[in-house]
Amino acid sequence: MSEFTVPIGEPWKKPPFIKRSWLRWTLLIGFIAYLIAAVLTIDVNWSRVYEGLERGKQFVLAFTNPDFTSRSGDIWDGMVESIIITVASSVVGIAISIPIALGAARNVAPLPVYLVCRAIIAVSRALQEIIVAILLVAIFGFGPLAGFLTLSFATIGFLSKLLAEDIESMDKVQAEAVKASGAKWSQWINYGVQPQVMPRLIGLSIYRVDINFRESAILGLVGAGGIGATLNTAFDRYEYDTAAAILLIIIVIVMLLEYLSGIIRARVQ
Amino acid sequence: MLRLENLVKTYKTGDQALKSLKLEVPEGQVVALIGPSGAGKSTLIRCINRLVEPTSGKVYLDDVELTGLSAAALRRERRRMGMIFQEYALVERLTVMENVLSGRLGYVGFWRSFLRRFPQTDVDEAFRLLDRVGLAHMADKRADELSGGQRQRVGICRALIQNPALLLVDEPTASLDPKTSRQIMRLICELCKERGLAAIINIHDVALAQMFVQRVIGLRFGAIEFDGSPEGLSPDVLTTIYGEEDWEATIEEADEEEVEAAE
Repeated sequence: MSEFTVPIGEPWKKPPFIKRSWLRWTLLIGFIAYLIAAVLTIDVNWSRVYEGLERGKQFVLAFTNPDFTSRSGDIWDGMVESIIITVASSVVGIAISIPIALGAARNVAPLPVYLVCRAIIAVSRALQEIIVAILLVAIFGFGPLAGFLTLSFATIGFLSKLLAEDIESMDKVQAEAVKASGAKWSQWINYGVQPQVMPRLIGLSIYRVDINFRESAILGLVGAGGIGATLNTAFDRYEYDTAAAILLIIIVIVMLLEYLSGIIRARVQ
Repeated sequence: MLRLENLVKTYKTGDQALKSLKLEVPEGQVVALIGPSGAGKSTLIRCINRLVEPTSGKVYLDDVELTGLSAAALRRERRRMGMIFQEYALVERLTVMENVLSGRLGYVGFWRSFLRRFPQTDVDEAFRLLDRVGLAHMADKRADELSGGQRQRVGICRALIQNPALLLVDEPTASLDPKTSRQIMRLICELCKERGLAAIINIHDVALAQMFVQRVIGLRFGAIEFDGSPEGLSPDVLTTIYGEEDWEATIEEADEEEVEAAE
């Protein structure tokens, strides 16, 4: 301790994140070199871009003149189907996620249960929605059932993981106090854990409803029903004005959901 | 009524928190447990109701040996040990009433507690206790709306509604101001006397301990260094427990307070 000379009069600098200076500089220079090399390899066909700009322009112009009426029946049907897929898959997905989230939280579940639940989450997260949808469309045929199952499956991976992380980071002492009263495991979860994670659960659920609605618009492109199917048809027929109308409706609904989730999340804090 | 025999706790890191501790607390006695941070005070209290599993040794509550109990039997015995915590440990997003009634969880079934349909006798007792600590009008407030002192009172109610024989109290005043600290200590000791409860109180504030309890135990490195009446706490004793320091002021302060209280 006496070895340390107090450096009065010398400037002070925050110690660098990577201590070895040769490693720090190698990483930095290597990264910049890679970035430059990567940009140089991008091959752009400028004449193709020039032609494509015209098509892009038509597409954008269609937004100034969306056609809600000529295919209103199809749009309505697709929208109702999307909303049904969203609500059903969110409810089922969330209901299944909660027990899996409890199982996937190390401070609540024993090790074997934890490993099984984590494995379920890993599988659900590893398979992207579109891939699952293609598989399920192959099994169940075209239509909203495949979309519903896909989104339920995806919801489990998303919600269980984030909820489990919230359970793992809860205040241990509050839960301990409930345990100390002689509560059973189920009562302990209900009194000690649930109140702590409820705001997060509600917030995540609403966020997931939002995601499920947007995804349901995409899944139609691979034949899993919903507004996406209508949108796909409109593109196939080069009816950009109808497509624009559909996209506008999707945007409005997503914004409404966003606004709603903001209000609800503020309420449950 | 509480007897610890050769209680040992060794953490996975190799730290020996308790070294073969022997201790007996008779019925209705309030004991203060003092000692520096890391002396094993919290571990000791948590080993009694097995929130922390002791490595070896035995804990007797009356005639029941706790360390060998099955999960269900342990839950039954935990009902007889009320616990009061340092940072109150109320479930913040539940109401005051739910927090107090959570002390009855060991007595009611899952569905009753889930639906918040507690027996009328429990509800009455909860209101009686809240009234005793002056918080009956706060029953439907959420716990995180209360001040520190109020929260600790609710914590006391939650422990007492278990109808315990023993109170395990972990630093009840550590996050409270000096005046509230005294009020809380006084309240705990009064309630123990009213109900004939034994209590083990972990406490940092030596002067506060001297003011209220009948017996003081000093813990250092997981072993008992002092066991006696509060008057026996001399500067020498405090030095063996905590290390070298000027202790005169601490002890004098306690004496003056006793005089004040007597007046």
